Amino acid sequence: MNWESASHFWAMGGYGFFVWASYGVTGAVIAFELIALSRRMKRARAQVKRDAALDRIEAEKRGGA
Amino acid sequence: MSETQSSVARAPSPGFSFFHYASPQTFFPLAGKLLWPCWIAAALLTLAGLYIGFFVAPTDATQGDSYRIIFIHVPAAWMSMVVYLAMAFWCAVGLVFNTRLSFMMATALAPTGAIWAFVALWTGALWGKPTWGTYWVWDARLTSELILFFLYCGYMALQAAIDDPRRADRAGALIAIVGAVNVPIIYFSVKWWNTLHQGASVSLTAAPTMATTMLTGMLLMALAAWAYTIGAALVRVRAIMIERERSTDWVRRLVTGADFKGDSRA
Repeated sequence: MNWESASHFWAMGGYGFFVWASYGVTGAVIAFELIALSRRMKRARAQVKRDAALDRIEAEKRGGA
Repeated sequence: MSETQSSVARAPSPGFSFFHYASPQTFFPLAGKLLWPCWIAAALLTLAGLYIGFFVAPTDATQGDSYRIIFIHVPAAWMSMVVYLAMAFWCAVGLVFNTRLSFMMATALAPTGAIWAFVALWTGALWGKPTWGTYWVWDARLTSELILFFLYCGYMALQAAIDDPRRADRAGALIAIVGAVNVPIIYFSVKWWNTLHQGASVSLTAAPTMATTMLTGMLLMALAAWAYTIGAALVRVRAIMIERERSTDWVRRLVTGADFKGDSRA
């Protein structure tokens, strides 16, 4: 075990800022990408559903006329 | 105006089994099946890599604990190059065979590759300050990696600027393929020029210069980055398929039908 205590761990031998800024930003960027991906997928699905619904309404109109 | 009737979903091409999956329609469910294994592998490998990196690997004799940045810096730098080569490969395949899916794969890889290039630069700067005394120098390795990041950005910006996806694909493919020359320059920069950046830590021809536990942690993180990258690219390529083929029958069936996920059936 490298660390005597939690505060030792967070201090990273005096390099805490550099280590945690590296890991923190990397984690944040990956979290951002995952959220963006899931939203893009939802948006794409919603667009297809909207188009399909519009087409159905138009088809019904044409059928009624 | 109804687009549904105008474009008929293409049937899977007969013949070679490789080309069976070259159509978005058949690749979509396959990509869906691969997703969870990718996410699970990425999560487990990250946990194992971080555990070894922080709790098993000892403090470095010369760099102290600042060296622990290596566990993301090196995998990110590797992935930024691998993803670029994969992107250029799919662009070349797309230009030669004129397959829609190849260009979609290239487009799907670019943002994740750009993220890896950014992470490599960011963590490199934060590692450079305590070890070299500076966040940035214009040396060959750092500058060529920065150019790689710009190539990713240029590829994405160019594609976004052209409305017709087919033309956007072809224009982007030129950047991707021409820019691929930068990847060997990055890789060999530490050999070809005198740089502040250290030489390769891991090489296929020489014994590793790092402690085994450090190397193990780094390789686990590299595998995690592979799994994550494949997962992210697969999600994005599925979104691109829906976006680009949204007026085809197969996408409408997929999205409005119960088997949208494509994970359980097909």
